[in-house]
Amino acid sequence: MPELTVIETAFTPWQALSGGMLIGLASVLLMLTLGRIMGATGVLAGVLTPSAHPGSGWRLALLAGMVSGPLAVLAVTGQMPVVQVPVSMPMLLIGGLLVGVGVTYGSGCTSGHGVCGMARLSRRSIAATATFMLTTGLTVYVIRHVLGA
Amino acid sequence: MRLFSTYLIGLIFGIGISISGMANPAKVLNFFDVAGYWDPSLILVMGGAVVVAFFGYRLVLRRSAPLIDSTFHLPENPRIDRRLLAGSAVFGVGWGIAGFCPGGALPALGTGQIEVFAFTAALIAGIFAAKGLIALSGARAARLLRQET
Repeated sequence: MPELTVIETAFTPWQALSGGMLIGLASVLLMLTLGRIMGATGVLAGVLTPSAHPGSGWRLALLAGMVSGPLAVLAVTGQMPVVQVPVSMPMLLIGGLLVGVGVTYGSGCTSGHGVCGMARLSRRSIAATATFMLTTGLTVYVIRHVLGA
Repeated sequence: MRLFSTYLIGLIFGIGISISGMANPAKVLNFFDVAGYWDPSLILVMGGAVVVAFFGYRLVLRRSAPLIDSTFHLPENPRIDRRLLAGSAVFGVGWGIAGFCPGGALPALGTGQIEVFAFTAALIAGIFAAKGLIALSGARAARLLRQET
């Protein structure tokens, strides 16, 4: 039985909306400059297997920029963005493994399918996004309200 | 120039993820916990990102080519197949267990928190495991095809 910890979080509409718009803006700028889809899965896979993705320097630059994000927030606001993990280490590792397998077979994740693909009205991405939103919701429900009950 | 502008785009993405709360598993999991501590923030993150990308892409894709590449690199596979749906379903289960998706975890590495590194290590292991399985099944399919013909 997994140990269940739940951390209550406040609804933050303005941060959510402005953060989301920046994510959208970054996706548009990447399409404008390099003509590429902003997908975290593709970026990571490209960096990990450079031989299969020649000319992958831009992915490394993009990844470096992403990792610098929290530090820029720290520099401006004086506070590191909050990362609260209400999940035990074994669950974190099992979850990570499943995410890695899933995004590789599914050719994308929340950024590639959920933002870029949906914005292009790609039927494939809409199907993928609907599928993972559903299974994520079911998984959280089962862990918190069936197993955790 | 190309790498620096791509770094800045990654930075915008990383700041957006940090502000929006997508790098915070507690917040992500609470979005899916409609029956418990529901935090609706994530819908505004995805909504803001998709709306900006939708209109931005419409402007950008009117061009004949991006600014620093000769052509747009858009996914052209229109097929909604079992692999897409099964992969997305598995991704959702992992996301629901761990609370990190790749687009949330990569920027969150910048916070230096050990949990993010653990998740990302498992994510990378999952990507390699799936790539290995796909290569194996591809080789087997090719062998079967040779035997038949």
